[in-house]
Amino acid sequence: MSALVINNLYKTYRNGFEALKGISLTVEQGDFFALLGPNGAGKSTAISIIASLVNKSAGEVSVYGHDLDREKEQAKCLIGLVPQEFNFNMWEPVVEILVNQAGYYGIPRKEAFRRAEETLKRLDLWDKRHTQARWLSGGMKRRLMIARALVHRPRLLILDEPTAGVDIEIRRSMWRFMREINRHGTTIILTTHYLEEAERLCRNIAIIDHGRIVEQTGMSRLLSRLNTEVFVLNLKSSITDPPTLPGYQVSLVDAETLEVEVLREQSMNGLFDLLSQQGIEVISMRNKQNRLEQMFIDLVDRSKRQGAAT
Amino acid sequence: MTSWGIYRVAFQTIVTKEVLRFMRIWMQTILPPAITTTLYFIIFGKLIGERIGEMDGYRYIDFIVPGLILMSVIQNSYANVVSSFFGTKLQHYIEELLIAPVPNWVVLGGYVVGGVTRGTLVGIVVTVIALFFTDLRVNSYGLTLLVFILTSILFALAGFINAVYAKSFDDISIVPTFVLTPLTYLGGVFYSIQLLPNFWQQVSLANPVLYMVNTFRFGILGVSDIDVRIALVIILGFITILTAYSLRLLSRGVGIKD
Ligand SMILES: Nc1ncnc2c1ncn2[C@@H]1O[C@H](COP(=O)(O)OP(=O)(O)OP(=O)(O)O)[C@@H](O)[C@H]1O
Ligand SMILES: [Mg+2]
Repeated sequence: MSALVINNLYKTYRNGFEALKGISLTVEQGDFFALLGPNGAGKSTAISIIASLVNKSAGEVSVYGHDLDREKEQAKCLIGLVPQEFNFNMWEPVVEILVNQAGYYGIPRKEAFRRAEETLKRLDLWDKRHTQARWLSGGMKRRLMIARALVHRPRLLILDEPTAGVDIEIRRSMWRFMREINRHGTTIILTTHYLEEAERLCRNIAIIDHGRIVEQTGMSRLLSRLNTEVFVLNLKSSITDPPTLPGYQVSLVDAETLEVEVLREQSMNGLFDLLSQQGIEVISMRNKQNRLEQMFIDLVDRSKRQGAAT
Repeated sequence: MTSWGIYRVAFQTIVTKEVLRFMRIWMQTILPPAITTTLYFIIFGKLIGERIGEMDGYRYIDFIVPGLILMSVIQNSYANVVSSFFGTKLQHYIEELLIAPVPNWVVLGGYVVGGVTRGTLVGIVVTVIALFFTDLRVNSYGLTLLVFILTSILFALAGFINAVYAKSFDDISIVPTFVLTPLTYLGGVFYSIQLLPNFWQQVSLANPVLYMVNTFRFGILGVSDIDVRIALVIILGFITILTAYSLRLLSRGVGIKD
């Protein structure tokens, strides 16, 4: 059984804007799934429909086999959501936010306190349990949203840009945390604009643009489609003109930095052989772009061109 | 867990949250009505009231006590739900409820009971203050309590509807200022409508608050300007209509869901 099946989902907002134009998507149980797309693509709209925060215009959604229209309550019990925007009562103390949310899922108060304690400790917020939400830092608020989403132990956790504005240390600990709960069987859907994050964490991926899915595939399969990669080489000594390296596109960024485009069928050895022949010594090298980033830009560009053509 | 088990816990959670909310800010919720009504008792009851003499055969202060209690119940039941539910929408934590398996009637019930709890608490505080100025003898406890609770429910519902439509803080103060306050002041809290010319007596009968105040006064003093049975039917009718309307607003997601 799939954790999430979306079939032909449409959304037109009251102002007439069509945010989703028939998306279909399947996320398998236990997956760590990336839902990517540029600003305004429709990611949060899709997520809000799954979480019953926005009414759909047409289409079907089912969660672990429970249709969102016919078996709403069963479906709801299985979903946990970390929304993009903060949405708690800023005047409520942290622990009460969790206890209330648990209560809305039918977890009695005593048990709710126990779970709140467990969850807050896991997310390093136990010290802040009596603090009102408005006095938390941005990163703490993000973690509070994760804690709140987990208090009823959902089997499908959806995170809408959970790491936006979070420092690198906390981001890494959030990654560890997400991996851990995924390993224990929770299916995760993640949206993020940090593509490196998606590349590290996710096994499958869908890219959505202008309310349409432009790609849905496995992460490694997607990356293997990358035809060219651009490398930035730092040189030991300065040069004035870009060297001619037959077969490779070369440009000189500054006297000590070269950019070389390497096709998939070409090898790095060949490139270094040519450089050595010309007496150019390379001291370090990096990818110009994260690989997924490059793929992403290609796909979104292509969808834009297709959009313009139709 | 069965659905009913979930609903029960969810309902208790909303009520508890609502009560904690107004208790946390008791200086804004419980204290002001206590102060205002003390002033009413001193000024209208004692100072001015002693010169007014009798109203419907009662000392003026005794006559206005029921109306003042009910007025504070009305205002506080309304205020609690309108401000709490508006805040829930404004800060988007309504989403905590939307995402959870809580049916609309549980949400509505939870907020209404929260409002009734504050109305009741303030009503009790005002009653206790009244006891310093007059000795209250209750004619019919059953009827008094019934009207007290029904009125509270009715205005909690009205507050809820106001909150659903409200888009700004102005919207949640317009109705109380321009509708609720005039209706209560003209609803026979401070005078018997027998004092009015015939035409204005008829106009007053269109004011629902008049029926509540008079029924409540009948419960306590045993005197009313109108037929108590008609009054009860009217109050129950309003509660039914407002409940149905609130549930409809919730199921259509007005002001809540895009
Ligand atoms: N309530 C609304 N009314 C009208 N249009 C809306 C509403 N909410 C979103 N939209 C529009 O729908 C489109 C998709 O928005 P959505 O929030 O789903 O994008 P997103 O993919 O989550 O973007 P981001 O990465 O910036 O969060 C946008 O053009 C947005 O302006
Ligand atoms: Mg978004």
